[in-house]
Amino acid sequence: MSNINLDTDPERNPENPETRHAPELAKPGDVSHLSFAEIAAQGHGATRLDPDAPAVLSVDDLKMYFPVKSSGVVRRTIGHVQAVDGISFEVPRGGSLGLVGESGCGKSTTGRLITRLYEPTGGSMHFGEDRVDLAKVSNRAMKPLRRDVQMIFQDPYTSLNPRHTVGSIVGAPLAVHKVVPKDKIKDRVKELLEVVGLNPEHYNRYPNEFSGGQRQRIGIARALTLNPKLLVADEPVSALDVSIQAQVINLLQELQAEMGIAFLFIAHDLAIVRHFCPEVAVMYLGKIVEIADRETIYGSAHHPYTQALLSAVPDVKQAAVGGRRERIRLEGDVPSPINPPSGCRFRTRCHLAQDICAKVEPPLLQIGPRHKVACHFAGELGDAPRTPVTAGLLGVDGQGSPDPSVTPEDIATGPGYEKRWFDVKSRQMVSA
Amino acid sequence: MSSTEPFLVVEDLTVRFPTEDGLVTAVQDLSYSVEKGKTLGIVGESGSGKSVSSMAVLGLHDARTARITGSIRVDGQEVVGLNEAGLRKLRGRQIAMIFQDALAALHPFYKIGGQLAEAYQVHHPKATKREARRKAVEMLDRVGIPQPDRRVDDFPHQFSGGMRQRAMIAMGLINDPSLLIADEPTTALDVTVQAQILDLLQDLQREFNSAVIIITHDLGVIAEMADDVLVMYAGRGVEYGPGKEILTRPQMPYTWGLLSSVPDVRGDTDSKLIPIPGNPPSLLNPPTGCAFHPRCVHSDKVEGDLCVTTMPAFEQGNTGAGHLKRCHLRDPEVIFEREVLPVIAPELLEEK
Repeated sequence: MSNINLDTDPERNPENPETRHAPELAKPGDVSHLSFAEIAAQGHGATRLDPDAPAVLSVDDLKMYFPVKSSGVVRRTIGHVQAVDGISFEVPRGGSLGLVGESGCGKSTTGRLITRLYEPTGGSMHFGEDRVDLAKVSNRAMKPLRRDVQMIFQDPYTSLNPRHTVGSIVGAPLAVHKVVPKDKIKDRVKELLEVVGLNPEHYNRYPNEFSGGQRQRIGIARALTLNPKLLVADEPVSALDVSIQAQVINLLQELQAEMGIAFLFIAHDLAIVRHFCPEVAVMYLGKIVEIADRETIYGSAHHPYTQALLSAVPDVKQAAVGGRRERIRLEGDVPSPINPPSGCRFRTRCHLAQDICAKVEPPLLQIGPRHKVACHFAGELGDAPRTPVTAGLLGVDGQGSPDPSVTPEDIATGPGYEKRWFDVKSRQMVSA
Repeated sequence: MSSTEPFLVVEDLTVRFPTEDGLVTAVQDLSYSVEKGKTLGIVGESGSGKSVSSMAVLGLHDARTARITGSIRVDGQEVVGLNEAGLRKLRGRQIAMIFQDALAALHPFYKIGGQLAEAYQVHHPKATKREARRKAVEMLDRVGIPQPDRRVDDFPHQFSGGMRQRAMIAMGLINDPSLLIADEPTTALDVTVQAQILDLLQDLQREFNSAVIIITHDLGVIAEMADDVLVMYAGRGVEYGPGKEILTRPQMPYTWGLLSSVPDVRGDTDSKLIPIPGNPPSLLNPPTGCAFHPRCVHSDKVEGDLCVTTMPAFEQGNTGAGHLKRCHLRDPEVIFEREVLPVIAPELLEEK
């Protein structure tokens, strides 16, 4: 047990580890000897999409309503916060789906539902090869499944217990699930610390002795302990400095490639999501408004909210042009999820909104091989149609009133993509 | 008013704090200037001294412990060593600050309107309460708070994050200051709200012709807002010049590192994310020579161990006037174009 009494270790740097320039951070060896070419070779481009990967998780019509209680002695339920209201998506095996949206849109709630930190109000979440419905299993039956679904939290300063050593934090899942004998736990933890780029010798240190980036690595090591199939990463880098963000993103990409872990990547930084996730879902007020592969979302988004979000991201390349970029200005704030607007929830801030948007809720309609959008006026930026594209499908006229002459079509609302889809230009069903 | 000097001039500013472990040099030999109507962006990691240096401009450091040398001139008036009464006249009147966390910066027990009115009355002792309140409503309206005459009686917790930040800006601008320091004004906000706040800052700057300092780590914000950019590392300026120069032809490996560690929302998907290895240094005993050398991946291109032994001078590079850098590299633009750009933004190279 050579590393119990670390304080007498002459190797140990006496200065504050919080601000130490850490050669220990990268794998053993001094970083200053790396040349740019070597560092560049360790960097990664954006993760690629594997279109044929089967789903490891399919979420269908997932709902989470939090009750709102009245004040006073008798606390009656007077309403519900519809934090997540009927969302469907798939996470491919070994792939990653990004979940973006403004604060309060329900993206973190979704993550907590999938890890079953909340019990959903409705819907299903089928997971793994056995297609177990995580929404229905009891807490007891959930325990073995928790090995496969793990979470990385946003804030590395509050998600690690300050009174536990790194060794016991990372080793706790092994002890709880009894996967390795007690005397082997330490070796496995050291292995994991090395995997995430920390010095295994730091087994006995406390979280306060590490910098933010290193703590996030500890959180990642803990999530990896049980070889999960799905990792829910809730804003894993937003609390970190920019230069450290890139280190952690590169690490996650490496782990994904090596261990085949699927990610549900929750973030509000659209550029990071673009880099990490080949598929992206955009949420607004508890609903998915658009979901597609990276190229479609960032290249030809069809929902006015996605377009507005993208136009609001400040761009470094703007320096070459000077001044501000033209943007779609969204007025006002996100409405209250207790009393969401009727019909389309985005209509109160949407520049395309017409009567139909208040009357009929747009379905999440598949409009391309890997592209779904929930908008009556779906179209490319600056090229939105004048009449609702969905009217014929829903059996309503242009103003959203029921039209008896049109029979509504059956629209698939499942989590995956169909072979046939609705083309918004020709307004017909087409297939590949 | 002196006509030749910029509104704010910071010269050789050094800020040291004595701590139990020794003297921490938070800012060292920092010089910059901002003219009226212009925006300076200060970038750097946490602990690089960006906030400490701008707090010194407001005289917010404890005069008993902080050791500040150098010169800070606001409209010709020396701030370093100024007494508390003199500082109080400057603060809020000529210089205002917008803090990052609006919820923490607003007092939770007082109504928004009361806090705004107080800021006005301090510098307008003759103003009546009604005048101050009217001014508060007017400012809330100016920053785009709906129904300002009603919201003026709200408490900070009744405002959303974006509205709080607007209220902070309203408070900062209520006395028409000539210099506004915004310390990470949009970091905690969503992109859509961030865009609204940045628009607002720009509109107000145009209207009042004030000088603005934006402190941020978001290079995108810098690119869209700043006329000049100062990159800080370990308490020192490492690159300083016009924003366009700094972001399109950076000459210092630290700036390259910052650019390469953030993905671009419109860039090539093949462009790689290259982090800066290691962590920022301790300011208690900074590395010898160039403070960045332990993390620099280009120091092998400098002959000998110059980077380890000698602190490079903050001097003009060979690109253009007013572009200062602190680096020993001889031909940084060649390295940037040949080695760095192809990896971090291949599409930019093709355009050239």
